[in-house]
Amino acid sequence: MAILVSRRSILSGLAVGAAAALSGCGQRADRIGIGLITALTAQSAKSGEAISRGLSIAIDEINANGGLLGRRLELIRRDDESNPGKGVIAARELLYKEGVAVLFGGLDTPVARAIVPIATSARTPFVVPWAAGTAITHNGTAPNYVFRVSAVDELVDKAMVAFARNNYGARRPGLILLNNPWGQSNEKGLKAALAATALPLAGSEKFEHSDVDVTPQLGRLRAAGADCLLMVATVGPSAQVVKSLDQMGWDVPIVSHWGPAGGRFSELAGPHANRVKFVQTYSFLGADSPAKTRILAALETKYPDIEGPQDVTPAVGVANAYDAMHLAGLAIRKAGSLDGEAVRRGFTRIGRYEGLIKTYDAPFAHGQDALNESDYIWAEFDRGHIVPLPVKAV
Amino acid sequence: MDILPALLTGLALGSIYGLIALGFHITASVCGAVNFAQGSSAMLGAVLVWMMVEAGWPTPIAIGAAIIACGVYGLIVERAAIRPFLARKSEAWLMATVALGLVCDNAMMLVFGAEPRSLASPLAQASIKAGDVDLGIYPLHLLIPLVMLTLAAGIDLFRRRTLHGVAMLAVAQNRDAAAIMGIPVGRVIAAAFGLSSALAGIAGMLVAPLSHVESSMGVVLGLKAFAVAILGGLGSAWGIVSAALLFGLVEALVTLGIGSGYTQIVTFLLVIVVLAVRPDGLLGRAQVRKV
Repeated sequence: MAILVSRRSILSGLAVGAAAALSGCGQRADRIGIGLITALTAQSAKSGEAISRGLSIAIDEINANGGLLGRRLELIRRDDESNPGKGVIAARELLYKEGVAVLFGGLDTPVARAIVPIATSARTPFVVPWAAGTAITHNGTAPNYVFRVSAVDELVDKAMVAFARNNYGARRPGLILLNNPWGQSNEKGLKAALAATALPLAGSEKFEHSDVDVTPQLGRLRAAGADCLLMVATVGPSAQVVKSLDQMGWDVPIVSHWGPAGGRFSELAGPHANRVKFVQTYSFLGADSPAKTRILAALETKYPDIEGPQDVTPAVGVANAYDAMHLAGLAIRKAGSLDGEAVRRGFTRIGRYEGLIKTYDAPFAHGQDALNESDYIWAEFDRGHIVPLPVKAV
Repeated sequence: MDILPALLTGLALGSIYGLIALGFHITASVCGAVNFAQGSSAMLGAVLVWMMVEAGWPTPIAIGAAIIACGVYGLIVERAAIRPFLARKSEAWLMATVALGLVCDNAMMLVFGAEPRSLASPLAQASIKAGDVDLGIYPLHLLIPLVMLTLAAGIDLFRRRTLHGVAMLAVAQNRDAAAIMGIPVGRVIAAAFGLSSALAGIAGMLVAPLSHVESSMGVVLGLKAFAVAILGGLGSAWGIVSAALLFGLVEALVTLGIGSGYTQIVTFLLVIVVLAVRPDGLLGRAQVRKV
């Protein structure tokens, strides 16, 4: 017996099926998806893992206290390989397929900037726990769905200049910058910060990630009378600067953005790695606090490779992500729903929160960045570990 | 005083490109094909030495084993990405060698990891002093050009004075005639690729102590080495040696003189200008193709 099904019924069925597939087949009533797009492979994998760990510990704490809106949180991670194109694809998948309530990500500034328009168009809050590019949160959108718990290049640049002046008596700093958008962005910020303090610039030199030798650039800065170097570069290139200085026999202080903190800098830079002083937002080797004790215990329980505070590296990834997740949780509580616009407004209505990095007081009421230059600390490498210096940024 | 270390460092880096570029010369002159992923061979040399030293091998043995391994990798390149295409008179070996290089880079990233690692050398610890004056270079900076010049001279002698070298020349001049004369053409071409990769591997392990070891380190080295090979003339070993030293010097002097922002612009413009004046490179000779 033939079964007759009308064409309209078939089309209706297909349409319903397609709609179900496209409208967030990953959304489940029993959980709230928290998306994370970061580098899980390639050079920055260690930093991506630190962010994952910070989020995981915070999510475990929230779930242990009953979750949010009666539902458990679930972390859904995607690898961007530090590639903006892959970050965009992952963002679309997490926002439209997995239906995440809040999207975390952007270890690298170019990736974060690529995700901003996608999260904004999806009306879903995008929280940045690492990338420091000023334009990520100062993005010209209104309403602004991007929030950050991390350093901000513009403020770091001011802090670097202040640190060089206050601690080394720098009178004529020179810039040594990686030749990429991050280096270019900080070149503007550093020049502005130097101009604001009336310090003359000895020179600004750039170098490539693959450069084996930085002595010509450093030689130009030395010839120009630089008495302190302000450095913006990732781990390998930062180490190359130190090795080239060793080769030249030039003993000059180096004040750096946080690039050296993301990997095996002390191994690569050799015995003089500690001549580089760099900015951080947190160190587990700093002062004790109840939050630090609690989180360190949780990290040691959950991750066998962590046996003490010295093993939590890079600490900024863990600390920024941990605080950012709790702040996002507070925003969802304030919103009382998972509606993107309501959660965005929830961020702006967060009150006081005692976090790991600091006690936040209405962190997003007047801007998109929860941390400022007064929250930064300075650190150096000591026998392979990042240890804080007993001095504040400003 | 910054000019002297810049010049010597430039010569050393140029020599690194030169060592890799000599590999291009050897294979191009034997069979007209090159391994476009020579940079991967350089990376392989550095990574293998690092891994073996980490595993506790004595450094000299690690270096020897890594050179042999790079040579074997060259044989694999020839077998997988050159021979099948040469046999069909296809030029798809160009893409095949690039693809094989990407496979090698990614495989090494899985084995070695993505993070750069340090390969220490006693030759890159303390800078050389002339009396009380610090020259601002390491002994390794002086060793690298010497290695390149010695190997270039050795290759020249090998090709002119040994039976195997003459066999290479014969294959380069006329493959069919060489085969008729009993020369194992396939083996000669394979040996050329093995030697080419071994040279790149030596370059990788020489540059690693000055920088660091990572799975992506060969990309730029390979690119600049190819520019050097074209600049010097693919058919001329001494042209490549001259071009390598010139390229390294120009890179260093431009950076020191007018700033790092102009380094790539000036050096690669120089390559274009030289090729416009001498299309076959500094010491290359125009090839005659009978049709």
